[in-house]
Amino acid sequence: MSADKRQTMIEFRDIQKYYGDYHALRGINGTIRAGEFFSLLGPSGCGKTTLLRTIAGFEGIDSGAVLIDGKDMSSVPANMRPTNMVFQSYAIFPHMSVAENVAFGLRRDPRSKAEKAAAVEEALGMVGLKGYGGRAAHALSGGQRQRVALARALILKPKVLLLDEPLSALDKKMREHMQVELIKLQRQVGITFILVTHDQEEALVMSDRIAVMFEGQIAQLADPETLYRRPNSRKVADFIGTMNFIPCEILSENAGGYEVDIKGLGRVTLSADQVASDENSGTPAVGLRPEALTLLFPGQTSDERKVPGKIDEVIYFGDMTSYDVFIGGTDIEVRLSMRNVPGRPVMDVGTGVELSWSPSALVLFR
Amino acid sequence: MTKAPGLKTYAILYLAFLYGPILVLPLFAFNDKAVVSFPLSGFTTKWFGEMWADPNLWKALKNSLIISLSVATLSTVLGLFAARSSVRYQWPFKAPVMGFIMLPLVLPEMIIAMSLLIVLMALGIPLSIFTVILGHLLICTPFSVALMTSAFQSLDRSLEEAALDLGETPASTFRLIILPLVMPGILSSFLITFTISIDEFIVANFLGSGQPILSVYIFGQFRFPAKVPSMLALGTILVGLSICLLAIAEYFRRRGIARIGGKDSGGFL
Amino acid sequence: MQTKSSEARTGWLLIAPPAVVTFLLLAAPLVTVLVYSVLTGSRGAVSLPVTGENYYNIFRTAGGNILEKLGDGSVWDMLKMRNWAGIADIFSSAPFLLVIGRAIFVAVMVTLVTVLLAYPIAYFVSFHVQSSKKSLWLFLITIPFWTSYIIRVALWRTILGYDGIVDSSLMGLGIMDTQLNVLQYGVTSIIITLSHAYAPFAVLPIFVSLEKVDRSLLEAGQDLGESKWRTFLRVTLPLSMPGVIAAVLIVFIPTAGDYVTPELIGAGKVPMVSNFVETQLLKSRNFAMGSALAATAMIVVALISVAFLLLNRRFIGGRK
Repeated sequence: MSADKRQTMIEFRDIQKYYGDYHALRGINGTIRAGEFFSLLGPSGCGKTTLLRTIAGFEGIDSGAVLIDGKDMSSVPANMRPTNMVFQSYAIFPHMSVAENVAFGLRRDPRSKAEKAAAVEEALGMVGLKGYGGRAAHALSGGQRQRVALARALILKPKVLLLDEPLSALDKKMREHMQVELIKLQRQVGITFILVTHDQEEALVMSDRIAVMFEGQIAQLADPETLYRRPNSRKVADFIGTMNFIPCEILSENAGGYEVDIKGLGRVTLSADQVASDENSGTPAVGLRPEALTLLFPGQTSDERKVPGKIDEVIYFGDMTSYDVFIGGTDIEVRLSMRNVPGRPVMDVGTGVELSWSPSALVLFR
Repeated sequence: MTKAPGLKTYAILYLAFLYGPILVLPLFAFNDKAVVSFPLSGFTTKWFGEMWADPNLWKALKNSLIISLSVATLSTVLGLFAARSSVRYQWPFKAPVMGFIMLPLVLPEMIIAMSLLIVLMALGIPLSIFTVILGHLLICTPFSVALMTSAFQSLDRSLEEAALDLGETPASTFRLIILPLVMPGILSSFLITFTISIDEFIVANFLGSGQPILSVYIFGQFRFPAKVPSMLALGTILVGLSICLLAIAEYFRRRGIARIGGKDSGGFL
Repeated sequence: MQTKSSEARTGWLLIAPPAVVTFLLLAAPLVTVLVYSVLTGSRGAVSLPVTGENYYNIFRTAGGNILEKLGDGSVWDMLKMRNWAGIADIFSSAPFLLVIGRAIFVAVMVTLVTVLLAYPIAYFVSFHVQSSKKSLWLFLITIPFWTSYIIRVALWRTILGYDGIVDSSLMGLGIMDTQLNVLQYGVTSIIITLSHAYAPFAVLPIFVSLEKVDRSLLEAGQDLGESKWRTFLRVTLPLSMPGVIAAVLIVFIPTAGDYVTPELIGAGKVPMVSNFVETQLLKSRNFAMGSALAATAMIVVALISVAFLLLNRRFIGGRK
């Protein structure tokens, strides 16, 4: 079942799309591989849903092309495309039972009634709704509707499953539960999943690769770790997780790497892979994730580089505590988070502390 | 909800004002005095018998049914087209075109009837049941458009996309998804336009060339004091039928909303 | 695949049947009326040349044309002398102006009565009825509207007429000893009848706009120390004005053009403009004059409606 992950399933070729004067998609390029869990991530209005709908065939494009499994889809209407969609509102047909909903796409299928019924039961079993076939669609809960929508799409064994913010209507607990279920389901069926979401955490948890979109363009297309550790622009870094930006001065360049003087932290040499490719980030700064900074508690030592600081704000989360700390001798504040292990105190506001940090965790934005 | 005894009393008085005259219908339809005045003198069903025996009533009823059934069908079809177009598609000059289609709602019926009459006479088209149908079509279409628009608006667009996505063509999507879901709107549009058409007098009177049509027949009969009680009997039956039709229309409208999980947001208008 | 132009094409294709039907049945006739109204009329026909005579004739009185009297200053003189009776005489001897004026007067009175009576009931249903019962109330209020208009109007004749229900009850109860016969005061009974007939029309739009009033605004108003009455005047009433405006137009326009009530209730003795249009078109067969009268009525009603809308826009705009 599992497809060759190096094979290309979807290819975007310079897609341009306008809504009247509004330039919704501005030259989208990229590929989505067969069998991967792919996410389109971005703030609302960035074009991610529009891009998903151009794959499904609900939106035309003004120029460029969408290729699915090597075939240009320009003249293929939505009902003939090898894709199926789970809608944000789930779009469960309210006048049909659960089984009728799931069997809807099989109407033109030549199989016998009994075989179709078995397929419906199998699909319902796959999403954990065995035995729900006879229920009326409008009597289902939000989570159940979503499962029906999944079963209805998957029963057709599409090459690509499109998911338009499928978890946004669920409460936090249900959402986390469904994230895990979706990952398992995707591994089980091996179909390419494309998820649209504005929730960076959700995208990081679920995806093999993510395209981060801003203003109708893909800002970065990479796997979650690269996106998190090596964002290619200040904007991406800011959108994904929390990032401390500390101004710096570029002293010299050497084979793609740089020597910089960071305000409050001192001189550091950064290798070429620590430099964000986007050269238009404004004034130079280095980015440092909160977990790349460690607060040294009384009696603790570290081999990493150290800098004094003063605690300005403490936010207690239970399993961890978040501190805002002024770096010694500057007005620069960094945020860091520490796990609350037994015996470790929660520090007070105003306490003078020592932070340790590692130059290898830095990213340079030019 | 706060208590407002004054307002509630007023509301009940208001309903009494609305219904008082209508209650006169059954009261005097069963009263065995030829003059409509108090005190009541005794129970009778003879007015119903008299009304029933008039052959002109049956001619008028037949004509009215032909007119109203045609008008209800045609205006509902036109309403369906207009509502689908305005809710689902974007096109230039939508607001003025839709406003124009709704215009007969705010024109006095007399103006509609007279201007149609002038054109028909200018073109030399003889007046008939058909010309009444044309006039009623103009009056009823805006009601259909309004009702069908609310039916289409409560339809989630992604349902349609989901059906396309699952392999159906636009035509089969319309048949399998859209039509069943707006069917309650279609039924209530049919019933309401039927009711409007069968009650309508001015167009029926001026464009009907003296053909017996129910409302024209009733209007004529009321001129003769002796006929008033039997007209009250007919009125009693018509009011009963109207209420039945409306209750059915309202039932379908609400079922339509409940079916697609919407929220009830108003009445007929 | 939906591109913009194909979407517009589908939209146009779908709107074409209703738009064409409305165009043929409404726009073409209205244009014909306007054209006829400026042609020369003879019995049963119209012909060139184009003339303003029909509109001029609307100002005709028993003794000359009002426009002439305005021209020679005799009306102005009467105004200066405060000879109101004289002016009233002139207008009441102008048959066309009289019926237009009567139609407007009746429509204004009916609108006033229906809207004033309807507002409290709409307010009651919107603010003091449980939401589960609102539909039922609206249903109860709308039912009378859907029962035959002719029958409802004719009923008022039997109620208000000589020895009718009102008179026979009052006399039977010993409250009155002579026939009141409200019917003989033509305009009064027309106003009563039309107010009853159009009552539900006024309730619905006001109700809809009251439903849209954000309840937390009212709580905010009272939280800030406003009395209930002042909150109503400063928040609820202005916010419900769009509904009141809709109600006014929905009642005013058709009542100004009403034909049935003057026939049935006024027995043809107090005709309104629609009855005169009929007389001109069908009895005198003067198509040009009938068209001019219909067009004038339409224009007057439209002008009053637009003036009312503008007045309200200023009123509401001023309050913001």
